[in-house]
Amino acid sequence: MAQAVETLTPSQSGLKILRALLVVVGVGIALWLGLRLLTDPDVFSGLGPNWSKVSQALVALVLGVGGIWALFYAANTIVEVLPARASDLLRPYVFVLPAVAVVGLYLIYPTVGTVAQSFTEVPEGAGPLTNYTNAFTNADVLIALRNNLIWLLVAPAAAVVIGLAFAALVDRVKWESTAKSFVFMPLAISFVGASVIWQFVYAWKPAGQPQIGILNALWVWAGGFLVDWGIVAQVEPVPWLQIPFWTTFPLIAIMVWLQVGLAMVILSAAIKGVPVELTEAARIDGATELQAFFRITMPSIRGTILTVYTTIAIAVLKVFDIIFVTTGGNLDTSVVAVRMYQEMFRFRNFGQATTMAVILLVAVIPIMVVNIRNLRRQGIGS
Amino acid sequence: MKKYRNWLLLAVVMGIVVAACGGGDGEGATTTAGETATTGEGGAAGDTGYENLDAALAGEFDGTTVDVWAQWLPESSEASNFTYTLEPFQEATGITVNFQPTPDYETALQVAVDGGNAPDIAQIAQPGKMIQYGDAGSLIDIGSWINTEKLEADMVPAFYELGLFNDSVHGIYYKADVKSIVWYPVQGFADAGYTEPTTWDELTALSDQIVADGNGNPWCISIESQEADGWVATDWMEDILLRTAPIETYNAWINHEIPFNDPEVLEAAELMKQIWFTPDYAYGGNTYINATWIGETQDPMFAEGGPQCWMQKQAAWIGGFWGANRDALADDPALPQTEWPIKPETDVDFFYFPPIEDEFGKPVLGAADMFVQFEDRPEVRALLEWLATPEAAAGWIERGGFLSTLNTVPPESYVYPNTELSVLVQEATTLGFDASDLMPAEVGAGTFWSGMIDWVAANGENTEEVFQGIEDSWPAG
Repeated sequence: MAQAVETLTPSQSGLKILRALLVVVGVGIALWLGLRLLTDPDVFSGLGPNWSKVSQALVALVLGVGGIWALFYAANTIVEVLPARASDLLRPYVFVLPAVAVVGLYLIYPTVGTVAQSFTEVPEGAGPLTNYTNAFTNADVLIALRNNLIWLLVAPAAAVVIGLAFAALVDRVKWESTAKSFVFMPLAISFVGASVIWQFVYAWKPAGQPQIGILNALWVWAGGFLVDWGIVAQVEPVPWLQIPFWTTFPLIAIMVWLQVGLAMVILSAAIKGVPVELTEAARIDGATELQAFFRITMPSIRGTILTVYTTIAIAVLKVFDIIFVTTGGNLDTSVVAVRMYQEMFRFRNFGQATTMAVILLVAVIPIMVVNIRNLRRQGIGS
Repeated sequence: MKKYRNWLLLAVVMGIVVAACGGGDGEGATTTAGETATTGEGGAAGDTGYENLDAALAGEFDGTTVDVWAQWLPESSEASNFTYTLEPFQEATGITVNFQPTPDYETALQVAVDGGNAPDIAQIAQPGKMIQYGDAGSLIDIGSWINTEKLEADMVPAFYELGLFNDSVHGIYYKADVKSIVWYPVQGFADAGYTEPTTWDELTALSDQIVADGNGNPWCISIESQEADGWVATDWMEDILLRTAPIETYNAWINHEIPFNDPEVLEAAELMKQIWFTPDYAYGGNTYINATWIGETQDPMFAEGGPQCWMQKQAAWIGGFWGANRDALADDPALPQTEWPIKPETDVDFFYFPPIEDEFGKPVLGAADMFVQFEDRPEVRALLEWLATPEAAAGWIERGGFLSTLNTVPPESYVYPNTELSVLVQEATTLGFDASDLMPAEVGAGTFWSGMIDWVAANGENTEEVFQGIEDSWPAG
């Protein structure tokens, strides 16, 4: 093929250049006209307020998809004009460059900008580290950092342990897939949705009134027996979301409920991947089920456990919605991401907000490194 | 996975294109309203005292559009009432007012202003926000073009002064709220033989009486309010401080010329503690205070078998949230208050939150909404001028729940409770604007709120620590 291209006659290559020019000019004019059409307020207004929006959206869609295709096509025709070797060398970049540009524009540029702002957005005359010294001396930020640590220690571990236990227990049981579906389902619910659901679970009403929260309803109902038997005088409903500091744990439970399905599914697949011969051999040698699990199965899926743990840990570090919806960060339950939102949108402190973002970023990076290296080791994603 | 990745990229790129093209679509869409009636309802042309408004009433800006944003939620009675209020203006001038009630308002407005898409006019509830936007150079100097003499003459002086930035009008106050009132069930009070207290001692005596009579708890208090948890507590704190310290101290406290935990403030906190944390005073105790949404605070007041709590300090808007009213208004936000299932005045009435120390007279804690200007066009000016006329209050007064900042609106034109509230404003010896709104957001919308929540959680036993914490959080400079 390359040979054929190199032996083009001068008139053929002239035609190619002409064609490339036509394509570029054509695409340029078409896109320009399309954008003019879209931004012209009079074109669509005749259709009435609703249809004008719909038709405008449709045109935008066609223009967007078609425009991208046309741009790639135009770029490709230009490259083809070049000599074969240069053309082969350049072609991959023509297709990769837009993606790199998008990542650069929407990921790298804001990241660099955020880090820069955390040093430059300081009160006049203050040093570049002001935001960081403020952050690490502010009582509320320290509480948020402490809470992030608690989340990090408790939530991924709980999700992995429960997920692993469930995966191992239902392995090769008759109703396995049904049981697993139920545990997996919460994963489909958004954090905000889950938080709202759990607010009802944790709801509190004064003693003596009907408890609309299922947890307190059960608590008071069960406590009723204790009262009847004379063990305690009275059972008070528990304000699960109103206990300073301790309320963090009911909130972590929401996260675990959401993430345990992910842990279970991946670990279950890993358990099924452990060769049966190994565990059989262990049993023949006299190992109990527990020994087989802890000595054979667990070590075999160690890599997967690490991956699941770190994946959940990253989600946990970034946690925002659960706390924002339930306690709003009050009563010593705030975390860094909530603090970042408050600094940004409530207090309008860009410097402090970007500092929070950088702290979060720095905290996530090591976990991501472990996660990605582990994935590589397993041959996923390499 | 790879297959989806391509689609994802495509979606992202398309999103960009659509977003880039979506900006201009609002303009041409709705230029239908108000083709007729160029004279009449909005005030006769040529005599309003406002230049642009006169021109607008003469039909000069017929067919133009003005965008107005406000934090009143879509579907809320406020939004519906304001839309109703704007109708005569649109009919009289032919200007279309594109009113957008906006959820998550403060963020949305800030993002729009930062992005250069600010509305022509925006409602703001916090003077601090006006100063913030003013400092950022985003606001139009209304004082540079409006008839300030007329505006100053028409408006209650305190509100005129609050609208000044750099000694020039930047905000036109429109709607006022009086917070210093306490609601009680009329029939319940009559049956039990209780009367409206007029002094602090009578107030505490009545509270003790209710506990002693075994009639439940005297107070309905709660502060859970989603993103703004705690503001009800800050209102209490401020109302009490206005009654135990001179207004100068109050203002010095706002401006941090005295520490947040000044002895005068701690003294006010002790009085607040007396109401909030005396055993059996507040319904459901401190947990109820922290756990209950402010719209449902007073539900036990309407319990079957008689009130379980008897008094609630809250501004007049709370009427829309009384038990059955909440449901009725959810069905029809425009329901006039004469048709509410639980009627103000006859079913539930209010008394003035009593003075504490005589020397400070009858202070009133208030709040108010203002309008600020981001775009300068004649039709935008005309609407702002109109908003400072009694005509702009008429529609909302008719619907109820509106207290004008103008002294050109006579008390008798109001319906209950604002007939009495407007007198309260005029009789007030001092008018304190909500302090938490005036403090830096880190405190006023941050640690002051969260500190009050911590305070409630500890049943008021950590006063020193909480107030010291708020003092420490005050931003430097």
